[in-house]
Amino acid sequence: MSLANVFDVAGSAMNAQTVRLNVTASNLANAGSVHGDPAQVYRARQPVFAAFSTALGDEMAGSGVRLAGIVESNAPLAVHHRPDHPDADADGNVYVSNVNTVEEMVNMLSASRSYQNSIELMNTTKDLLLQTLSLGR
Amino acid sequence: MNINPFSDREQALALRELRTELLTTNIANADTPNYQARDFDFASVLRDSGVEMPRLRRTSTLHQPATPGGSLIGNSLGVEAKYRVPMQPTLDGNTVEMDVEQAAFAENAIRYRASLSFLDSQIRGLRFAIKGGD
Repeated sequence: MSLANVFDVAGSAMNAQTVRLNVTASNLANAGSVHGDPAQVYRARQPVFAAFSTALGDEMAGSGVRLAGIVESNAPLAVHHRPDHPDADADGNVYVSNVNTVEEMVNMLSASRSYQNSIELMNTTKDLLLQTLSLGR
Repeated sequence: MNINPFSDREQALALRELRTELLTTNIANADTPNYQARDFDFASVLRDSGVEMPRLRRTSTLHQPATPGGSLIGNSLGVEAKYRVPMQPTLDGNTVEMDVEQAAFAENAIRYRASLSFLDSQIRGLRFAIKGGD
């Protein structure tokens, strides 16, 4: 049944957006964290979404969203010269994580709006289904 | 004679359901890179289905012309979904435009409800005929 499939599709989208929110929270929490070793500094992470088909063999059927992976940003790290820092390397430098807080806030808003959209889809579909069930009463 | 008096409406509802699902997929994949939004044209599916539509006869040129394909009837199996042409292409290759999709979804939901209420009154009419009154 087609309409019931909507719940799968919208549900997968909500799931994906939840992961995105989680990653954003993790990025924001680690914004500004420093380390003396550039390889160990927290780098901003971003989820990558991909579409996948939920129904068997039906090309027309809806495809939900799946998480294709989480990639780390390769934006350059900021180097601060702070010889008094306990984590500073031999040259007295520390490396700051490359999280862009403005970008992350935008990401958070976008994820939350997309999540709300999915909820609206589910609500409308639920109404349609309930109305269909009460047909001919 | 058609044995199932509801078959036309049934097909219309099936088609609406299919469109709901497609539009949901589009909205769900609004953030998926390279996702191509899809939809189908209800009116052309209706035309291709070859189902005979009731026509209004104009007995005067002053009458408003009836435009075909206002509602319903399609062959839900042979529907071909087309790709949307985006008005504003995005950097990540995604062609979902949220406002377009939401408008289409709302329109589709309303038309689904309309089909339902048509079907409902048809059922009411049949019950009335079967019972011979209230």
